[in-house]
Amino acid sequence: MTTTLLERPSLPGPAEAGDGDATFVTLTVADQLCGIPVLGVRDVLGEQTITRIPLASPEIAGSLNLRGRIVTAIDLRRRLSLPAPPDGAERMSVVVELAGELYALLVDQVSEVMTLQTNSFEQNPPTLPPQWSEFSAGIYRLQGRLLVVLDVGRLLSIGPLLRGRA
Amino acid sequence: MDDLLADFLTETNESLAELDVALVKLERAPDDDDTLALIFRLVHTIKGTCGFLGLPRLEHVAHAAENVLGRVRDKLLPVTPEIVTVILAALDRIKEIVEGLATSGTEIQGDDSALVEALDAASNGRTPAPASATLAPIVSAPIVSAPVVVAPVVVAAAPPPPAPVVAAAPPPVEAPPPPAAALPKQVPEIQPESAAGPQTIRVGVDVLEDLMTLVSELVLTRNQLLQLARMQEARNGEPSGFTVPLQRLSHITSDLQEGVMKTRMQPIGHAWQKLPRLVRDLARDVGKKIELVMRGAETELDRQVLELIKDPLTHMVRNSGDHGLEKAEIRRAAGKPETGRITLNAYHEGGHIIIEIADDGAGLPADRIRAKVLSKGLATEAELAGMNDNEIQRFIFRAGFSTAAEVTAVSGRGVGMDVVKTNIEKIGGTIDLKSVPGRGTTFTIKIPLTLAIVSALIVEAAGERFAIPQLSVVELVRARLEAGSEEDTSPMVEHIHGTPVLRLRDRLLPLVNLGDLLALPPTAGSDRSAHVVVVQVGVTQLGIIVDRVFDTEEIVVKPVAPILRHITMFSGNTILGDGSVIMILDPNGIARATGATSAASADRKGERDASEGHALAAGSSSRTAMLLFRAGGQDPKAVPLGLVARLEDLARDRIEFSAGQPVTQYRGKLMPLVPLSGAIDPAAERHAVLVFSDSSGTQERSMGLVVDEIVDVVEDHLHIELSGDRPGLLGTAVIAGKATDVIDIGHWLTMAAHDWFRRSDNASGTAGQQRLLIVEDSDFFRQLLVPTLAAAGYHVTAAREASEALRLREAGVMFDAIVSDIEMPGIDGPALVRQIRAAGPWAQLPVIALTSHASPEHIEAGRAAGFTDYVTKFEREALLASLKQCLAVAARPAHGPTFAHAA
Repeated sequence: MTTTLLERPSLPGPAEAGDGDATFVTLTVADQLCGIPVLGVRDVLGEQTITRIPLASPEIAGSLNLRGRIVTAIDLRRRLSLPAPPDGAERMSVVVELAGELYALLVDQVSEVMTLQTNSFEQNPPTLPPQWSEFSAGIYRLQGRLLVVLDVGRLLSIGPLLRGRA
Repeated sequence: MDDLLADFLTETNESLAELDVALVKLERAPDDDDTLALIFRLVHTIKGTCGFLGLPRLEHVAHAAENVLGRVRDKLLPVTPEIVTVILAALDRIKEIVEGLATSGTEIQGDDSALVEALDAASNGRTPAPASATLAPIVSAPIVSAPVVVAPVVVAAAPPPPAPVVAAAPPPVEAPPPPAAALPKQVPEIQPESAAGPQTIRVGVDVLEDLMTLVSELVLTRNQLLQLARMQEARNGEPSGFTVPLQRLSHITSDLQEGVMKTRMQPIGHAWQKLPRLVRDLARDVGKKIELVMRGAETELDRQVLELIKDPLTHMVRNSGDHGLEKAEIRRAAGKPETGRITLNAYHEGGHIIIEIADDGAGLPADRIRAKVLSKGLATEAELAGMNDNEIQRFIFRAGFSTAAEVTAVSGRGVGMDVVKTNIEKIGGTIDLKSVPGRGTTFTIKIPLTLAIVSALIVEAAGERFAIPQLSVVELVRARLEAGSEEDTSPMVEHIHGTPVLRLRDRLLPLVNLGDLLALPPTAGSDRSAHVVVVQVGVTQLGIIVDRVFDTEEIVVKPVAPILRHITMFSGNTILGDGSVIMILDPNGIARATGATSAASADRKGERDASEGHALAAGSSSRTAMLLFRAGGQDPKAVPLGLVARLEDLARDRIEFSAGQPVTQYRGKLMPLVPLSGAIDPAAERHAVLVFSDSSGTQERSMGLVVDEIVDVVEDHLHIELSGDRPGLLGTAVIAGKATDVIDIGHWLTMAAHDWFRRSDNASGTAGQQRLLIVEDSDFFRQLLVPTLAAAGYHVTAAREASEALRLREAGVMFDAIVSDIEMPGIDGPALVRQIRAAGPWAQLPVIALTSHASPEHIEAGRAAGFTDYVTKFEREALLASLKQCLAVAARPAHGPTFAHAA
């Protein structure tokens, strides 16, 4: 079943809110708040039926059908070497596009679309664990929490063909 | 109206519209080579086609115009307004004739001599001054009318109902008076009516794609509705009012889905329809006897793909007849049947559609092509010197190349193969050729299946569903997994050293368990029977054991995401009618993975390799499939894939310890595990295990090498730097651009069991060990072969070059069989086997060739030299099977030579 909770905004929306500001779809993975640039997001989906793909890398959760297009689902928890979610937990997906292909990033929860100011942006702290620093494009300081900006390109560099950074 | 003619008119109208625009553009930018090439090709196509349709007037004009364009393209004539004018005049004349054709179905009479004279004059570099008087009125009209002309042709794409057209048509037929000068004025009036074409309309493929997506969504919605209605029914205990309309909706949706899918598919035979006539006419024109054989005409192709390959195919068939086949008397002299044969063959293979166009003619003359390449300046002599015949033959795909010594009306102007190649590459395909002097030329076009629809069998293994392309499915067999009740007469799955096989009509069918193959965890349940899907791969049949077989379904093959392309088991994926995603199995990939590839499919692969330019002389360019993994550190490690029996993914709790050594229960036995990094990480949830097994003795034994992660399988040239001082490592090689440790399997096998290599001594000790001589120059291969063969119970002696082997013969050492590399410095494999066969005690021994190029030519050459069999490097199972067979044959008393050494 395909449930579209959010369509990519077609109007020049919050993405162009201000100079140097950036807009993100925020999500949580194992209690960590993360963000994906909204312009790269094509869809946000609820729980999906996912077909497993034998012999694929463990990070690849399988394929799903998004309105007639086959989308490869990546388990973000496994990709970030995080523990598996509790049994029966409903998961959501953020669909992103890379080189004409659609990928669904399986996350615990998709929250809201946020426009963040550049002056709250920081480079990765050097002490960030490797599995995070590899996929983080930087950190935003929010009130009370930190938001990790996920580098979608690197997240999707899975498998032999694209694995650039082993 | 004749279908051929109708097609021709549609095409020509399109070309003419394009030509008008292009010529005007060319006049503005005379240096635009691309535009010029386009114009030339369009005119060439018109000319070529009408030649076969018996339209002499049209052909005459087009030929004269093409002559002029040819000289312009070759820079022998400058692009001047006069030239463009005269060409436009010719186009207008072509339009007139086409108009007449559209209304009356035949060429209207007319005198083109003035125009052709003007064209010939222009072609010879003279300003067409004498003819200008007669041309003037024509000239002024077309340039003005050119933009106008485009519009009616566009209208033709969506014709009004045909009836009024027929009614409106007759007056213009009578109207056109023969004098050329008067005609152009009629053109704008005639066109809107007569341009109405055949009963079809052209729809953009994107529109069909959108329709397809919408229909898929409709299907999903329908399914949801059906489910809701069922639930409601179950709750209320009575049919709801929705049931009947929903069923109707369901049927309509299915029909709609089918209809939309059908709009995109056509059998390739449609593109071949014109060919028999074309070949017959061609045969008459060139005075040859030609037979056209068409196979696989029912192979379905996406409409868009079909459109795009139609012209290339026509071109190629024409070329085969014109250039490829010899005249009857030459064929007779060469001892071939007088009638030349052109064979078209289309089939699906490994996610592609293959179209072969083969002729049994003289083959491509490499020496003539070489001379032509030089004279055209396409390559230097030095460059040519480094090329083999196949590479030189491939120059025919270059622009501006033609092998015909003289320009004929049929072909031979140097458009053709380059256009073919461009068109095929446009749809993501490839084209290659293979030519054997005196035996003919085969062009192989490979087009991806990505747009194609196939019928597929849906099966289930370990709880997951998969699609198997129906084309490769031979039959379905129900088989028992264990001896059951007496009355159950279905065949039973038996095992040879753990390998399942099935007795099927007096044949032994190799089986592979799909769940195991795909490393799926087995589902609970005591299945006592299984379904075996018998698939055909090349000439081999293979049985795939699945848990359930559902229905067949028409599926649209979609390519898998790039991050999944390395999994060769799948040729694509698709969405089923119920909306779920399903992976499509590739029988070729499965056969390769299980080592069941037959000699025949290896042949085909070899042919491809050969056609890709891997000639025998290419020497050390052997590519080896390597399994890359990580263990104890981030550096990649590798092992030749051919040595690995299976890959397993074991959960932590499946690893147990026995006497301190990790083991796992594997296929009903204990399998020792050896962690490559030294210790098994207790924290890891799952462990990747490379299983090595050896089934040559009395029973199968396996060991698992535990690694951290399996990274990839790559095929690469292997240049290994040996290092003897690191235990467990053979050395380092650059694989996929990275320095990679290649592990020494022999070392790890003995870690698992100290007697790994000695066991077979005991097992077959009484029978006497058979002795093998390995001649192999590569240290790496030798180090791999020796333990592999020793593990299989042979006594192995290794020689690093042929002369060393021959010294052993002089010394009186005797063996039961010899395994030799082909490419070696000094005396190579064929030379060695000739010496062995010539005389001496080894003359009767089986000699098996190891090679990376197992093409039929090589195999033939090898057999001629005296090799008993041919095995591809690293096909461990194949080598063992071959040895077994060769030794069995040699041991028969009738031959008896092996008894000679019995001392």
